[in-house]
Amino acid sequence: MAAEASDVVVTSERTVTASVLNLAAVLPTRGATATTPAGAPVMRAEDLTIRYGEFAAVRNVTLDIPPKQVTAIIGPSGCGKSTLLRAMNRMNDFIDGVRVTGRLVYNGQDVYRPRSDPVELRRRVGMVFQKPNPFPKSIFKNVAWGPAVNGYRGNLAELVEESLRKAALWEEVKGKLNKSALALSGGQQQRLCIARAIAMQPEVLLMDEPCSALDPIATARIEDLIDQLKSQYTVVLVTHNMQQAARVSDRTAFLLLGELVEVDVTSRIFTTPGDHRTQDYITGRFG
Amino acid sequence: MSGILPWALAGNDRARGDGGVLIYLRKARETLIHGVLLLCALVSVATTLGIIFVLVHQSIPLFREVSPWDFLTGTRWAPLLEPRSYGVLPLIAGTGLIAAGALLVAVPIGLCTSLYLSEYAPGWVRQGGKPFLEILAGIPTVVYGYFALVFITPEVLRRVFPQTEIFNGASAAIVVGIMVIPTISSLCDDAFRAVPRSLREAAYAVSATKLEVSTRIVLPAAMSGVMAAILLALARAIGETMAVVLAAGMTPKLTFNPLESMQTMTAYIVQVSLGDTPAGTIEYHTIFGVGLTLFAITLVINLLAQRVLRRFREVYE
Amino acid sequence: MSVAATLFRPRLGRRRWLGIVFQALCLVAGLVAVAILVLLLVHVAGQGWPLVSWRFLTSPPSQLDPENAGIWAALLGTVWLMALTALIAVPTGIGAAIYLEEYARRGRFMQVIHLNIANLAGVPSIVYGILGLAVFVRWLLGSRSLLAGALTMSLLILPVIIIAAREALRAVPKSIREAAYAVGATRWQTVRHHVLPAALPGIMTGIILALSRAIGETAPLIMLGALTFVRFAPGQWTGEYSFTPAGLWAWLTRSLDSQFTALPIQIYNWASQPDDVFRRLAAAAILVLLVVLLSMNALAAGIRAWQQRHRMW
Repeated sequence: MAAEASDVVVTSERTVTASVLNLAAVLPTRGATATTPAGAPVMRAEDLTIRYGEFAAVRNVTLDIPPKQVTAIIGPSGCGKSTLLRAMNRMNDFIDGVRVTGRLVYNGQDVYRPRSDPVELRRRVGMVFQKPNPFPKSIFKNVAWGPAVNGYRGNLAELVEESLRKAALWEEVKGKLNKSALALSGGQQQRLCIARAIAMQPEVLLMDEPCSALDPIATARIEDLIDQLKSQYTVVLVTHNMQQAARVSDRTAFLLLGELVEVDVTSRIFTTPGDHRTQDYITGRFG
Repeated sequence: MSGILPWALAGNDRARGDGGVLIYLRKARETLIHGVLLLCALVSVATTLGIIFVLVHQSIPLFREVSPWDFLTGTRWAPLLEPRSYGVLPLIAGTGLIAAGALLVAVPIGLCTSLYLSEYAPGWVRQGGKPFLEILAGIPTVVYGYFALVFITPEVLRRVFPQTEIFNGASAAIVVGIMVIPTISSLCDDAFRAVPRSLREAAYAVSATKLEVSTRIVLPAAMSGVMAAILLALARAIGETMAVVLAAGMTPKLTFNPLESMQTMTAYIVQVSLGDTPAGTIEYHTIFGVGLTLFAITLVINLLAQRVLRRFREVYE
Repeated sequence: MSVAATLFRPRLGRRRWLGIVFQALCLVAGLVAVAILVLLLVHVAGQGWPLVSWRFLTSPPSQLDPENAGIWAALLGTVWLMALTALIAVPTGIGAAIYLEEYARRGRFMQVIHLNIANLAGVPSIVYGILGLAVFVRWLLGSRSLLAGALTMSLLILPVIIIAAREALRAVPKSIREAAYAVGATRWQTVRHHVLPAALPGIMTGIILALSRAIGETAPLIMLGALTFVRFAPGQWTGEYSFTPAGLWAWLTRSLDSQFTALPIQIYNWASQPDDVFRRLAAAAILVLLVVLLSMNALAAGIRAWQQRHRMW
């Protein structure tokens, strides 16, 4: 593995080679077991183009999201990865002047067809944001609000506990569910937001750079969490941290200036990228 | 020397060889200006102190005639007719009834329109709403009073409730309500705008509709700003004068029936001034007694509103 | 799909429908306000427009002959009053704002002053009238004069001017001040030559809006004894004055000391009389007042628009 890596990186300085070697060394410990996607894709972007006014943030992207795996989207800042992610639960709708062409297929239907209901979509496709944004309510109400508003008929308290357990937060907050969520630390708030998202029992979980506002310890805990979550949910993760993508994801897509340059099994894309632009990005030439 | 003096004071401070005198003069000028500006700022302090002093000092003769307790709790206000009575409750009741009625009109309309403008309305509607509110706010109160007397009472109220008197509290409440809609609307708009976008996005992401996001997340988050808006509108409604003079009349009455005529504290003060009340009489001093009560009430409400507003700003800034 | 997922009953149709109902309610609420405003304007225009004429604008009011009454005295009184008020309040207000924004140190004292000004802005206008009555009429000047009225109105709009001017000054970016200090300017020079010109459009807008508020104020003037019936307006030039400095001074002091009336007072006087004739006169006077206010607001809006396009930064 290491020998192949250094062969690929032809004009490398020692530090650059070392970074690629680091990635390669990290890869076997997580994810990266499947070589091809198992089963039909849960979500599929077909020739998707998203424009803000004149500027095309996402250009003709065709991407499959396989089920029960973590798909990472990486790329330099401004490459459109957040825009692409937000298209998957139609959060871009709130921006004035946004135009979408192409299709985004979920559950066999184009999510952007004229009469489709984004509220319905968001029940199945949840989202965790870059900066933790808990409601200014109690911890319990944060997790319970979404299900309550959507007419959950089961036991809310059980649902809250189950979601908090899955988000690895239960032990820390079980005695103070009625306290304000804003009193939690950054990492705890983000796990609360994850609990809030999975309380809706979504099929897909979109995560937009969930660790970028957190310290390394909190980041590590959330990366552990993502690894556990993928047994139940399909995760699409946007990150600007390549090491994180290498650690956590099964498949990685590389976006550059709105175009999908390459998508492949994570281990392959970080060791033997097919496109030279991917290679340049991974070796730190830009971005 | 005398040749340099006016030139230096005129401010043409180009560098010259003889620095000493010019620097001194420039410093003197700066200090003078500093002093003048400070005086300007102190005018506001002097105004407040003046108001408090005048109201208290000129009320003392009144409170020698009637005890403050009797004044505040008496239910008959007849300072000009025999037998005299100086219970201010009817005036407070009139003020309160009209102010409450005004809020009943202004809060739903102001809150709903500002919620709609901030969460639902497309850009062009929002652009059109602002000048409209400014027009509403710019119309003088006499005009509203005139409208209440000449149109609302005969054409609207009397058609529905024929027993409505010519002067009545309801028409006053309606126009005062219209008058404070812009106050509520603009402050609520600021409050909603201060709620961060990320909070709305979090709510949409758990599959909530726009109504649910607006009313169950944004509105509660902006609640203290909304409260401050309502308090400020209340203070304004209490202090309203000409509209209630024209619409509600000048007969002090302790009543809860909005279709009757009633008198507010402000209307009473106007009534005494319109007449020929010589200085030094008890009637003259009732102006200040009632004025003091009015000032105290609006001051408390305004201070409360500022407190709430400050706490709201601390959270969102 | 977990068991829990099947326990959701989202009822999206009903929730969407509620949203539509809410929007409809808000629209109705807004339309009610619009309707009342439109009704008001239409009513006033309908009643008053036939009476507005040059003769109306230039005749004195007349109780006995309402057919030929006019608002000459009231107009003149309003003009004098506004001119004097502006002369007094504008420099003081701008000066205070400059002091508070540029000179004063931040701290408890400043917070108190800020709170004080905010409260003064919320004090009912009639309380200012009471203050003016006790201080200017009874104590300082001894008579119910135009000057007392102007001083009282100045105090009334001072907080408004100060708040608007402070906002305008605060909007000027720090870099402009820093650039001036860096070339050795004193504080006053920085303010006078750099900050103030940049803030001027905002300040002017605030002044115009404050004056448009002052024009409509009636209660304080009633307190001060602005009589509801004044035939001769201040400032009228009669034969006893000469065009010498002494004569001009006499004319000025006489005018400042005279009794006066103002447009809103005239409106109140006419509106409170039950006769239909007087009600129509009131409507006509209101129309004139609204036109004046509309032009002032349009001027302020124009300045604001000009400022948006010609920003200095």
